[in-house]
Amino acid sequence: MGRNATPLRTPKVKAPKPPKRKSVGAKSAATSFVDRFQSWQLHHRDSAKDALRRMRQTPAASAMTVLVIAIALALPAGLSVLLENVSALTRGWDGNAHLSVFLKDNVNESQQRQMAKQWGQKIAIDRTEVITREQALAEYKALSGFGDVLDALPDNPLPPLIIVYPEDTSPKALEDLKRELEKERDVDTAQLDVEWIRRLHAMIELGTRIVSALGIALALAVILVVVNTIRLAIESRREEIVVVKIVGGTDGFVRRPFLYTGFWYGFFGGLAAVILVNISLWWIDSPMAQLITLYNSDYALAGLRAEATFTLPLFSALLGLSGAWLAVGRHLKDIEPQAF
Amino acid sequence: MIQFDRVSKRYANGTDALSNVSFTLPAGELTFLTGHSGAGKSTLLKLIMMIERPTSGAVVIDNHNLSGVSNSGIPFLRRKIGMVHQSHHLLFDRSVYDNVALPLIIAGFKPADIGKRVRAALDKVGLLNKEKLNPIMLSGGEQQRIGIARAVVNKPPLLLADEPTGNLDPALSAEIMDLFEDFARVGVSVLIATHDLTLIAKYQHRLLTLREGTLVTDREEDGYGS
Repeated sequence: MGRNATPLRTPKVKAPKPPKRKSVGAKSAATSFVDRFQSWQLHHRDSAKDALRRMRQTPAASAMTVLVIAIALALPAGLSVLLENVSALTRGWDGNAHLSVFLKDNVNESQQRQMAKQWGQKIAIDRTEVITREQALAEYKALSGFGDVLDALPDNPLPPLIIVYPEDTSPKALEDLKRELEKERDVDTAQLDVEWIRRLHAMIELGTRIVSALGIALALAVILVVVNTIRLAIESRREEIVVVKIVGGTDGFVRRPFLYTGFWYGFFGGLAAVILVNISLWWIDSPMAQLITLYNSDYALAGLRAEATFTLPLFSALLGLSGAWLAVGRHLKDIEPQAF
Repeated sequence: MIQFDRVSKRYANGTDALSNVSFTLPAGELTFLTGHSGAGKSTLLKLIMMIERPTSGAVVIDNHNLSGVSNSGIPFLRRKIGMVHQSHHLLFDRSVYDNVALPLIIAGFKPADIGKRVRAALDKVGLLNKEKLNPIMLSGGEQQRIGIARAVVNKPPLLLADEPTGNLDPALSAEIMDLFEDFARVGVSVLIATHDLTLIAKYQHRLLTLREGTLVTDREEDGYGS
């Protein structure tokens, strides 16, 4: 048989051998929409499971990543729990905010009571309390221990005092009321006894801001940790990505396992953060209770809010997902089938 | 099946990889593509796989002009093309079965269907009894046949092979070539890029020769070899 014996355009007709198997035909195998949808669901499930399996295959490395995420989240979460406790503990103290209004020395007791009664009717004032010069002296003697010195004085040096409890205990309202009372004819000076509470509140406010900033910074750190982890995962599966792209895998198909990996890292990191915070709270609970008892309070330390047990892992999972998304978006494009 | 119409490709660095290449490969035909390294074989395959796009001219695959295929449409075009590599591109983290099943999973076949089709493809290449093994345990010839099974498992109308016999001895090469001829016989267009002149001489099929980016021989059309 000559070299040109087989007509090249009609190989079917002069086939030297019969086809071994009919199943290999020229018509591309088609899939229905329902098949593809079910297969898509199946691939989601498989990707989620496969991502978990791969994490288990490298337990040390996975645990490290999860712990880094957990610590990064436990820090702001734990601090915000403490701040919430401090502000809950001091919330009740606002009710004690009052003004000490010292009257001029020439105001006698009946005038003093008259003034207190008048002020008590003002809208801004809840109630007033009269402390006469004698009462003040008695109290001062009892508390200060300078009784003998005071006895030696010819006159009672203490001014008449009216304690004013305002309706509104916000710093601004207190300040306004103080200014108003100081304008009264017989008032010497009015003193705000809540400076330290205002400072405390300012500090709590500052603390909240700092914890928020810390939280944002550490959430970014979580994203970056996941970006880096996923980047390495992509690198180690480069060959597989090339093959998937050659046989017609869409970008979504290639992305999916990595997105699930990021999701799981975030989720377990968040879960571990919840555990870390609870362990830490348990750890400080007994010394904290002692400290609170010393301040004559029966306040009980509040833990992580119940819903945080779910929201923190979910939030963290979203961080992981976005980290994975960033890594995949940045690195998958670099991997194209090149070898020919 | 494949149609190149005055296709040119100039890379960003200014090299002309292909200039004015035109040819048509009908369905059910086996064609060799040859030429020295750098003659444009790789570029030609890349244009078919849409790894690159032509600078000018039209590439038509299975009646789709590729210039009309968006980037998101590329995966769906590639599902019509079975690709066999010299380096097999097999995945050694999974079994032979899972390697061959990959295109079917990607295309969204029913799990029950996948089993049947994978076994049919493995049967075709004579490796049905190896489906549970890891491909790393198999010989080079067997690995190449798994690559072929994976390329044809979803019955693409077009089969591309890049140096499919590059690492194989003549007997194994012959087996592989028999497989390709079988596929051509049932209507698949087969394009084999190869340096292997003995292979080209032994099998009388149409031959496209590239030299410095131009098509210099078309064994069928210019009567070479007849």
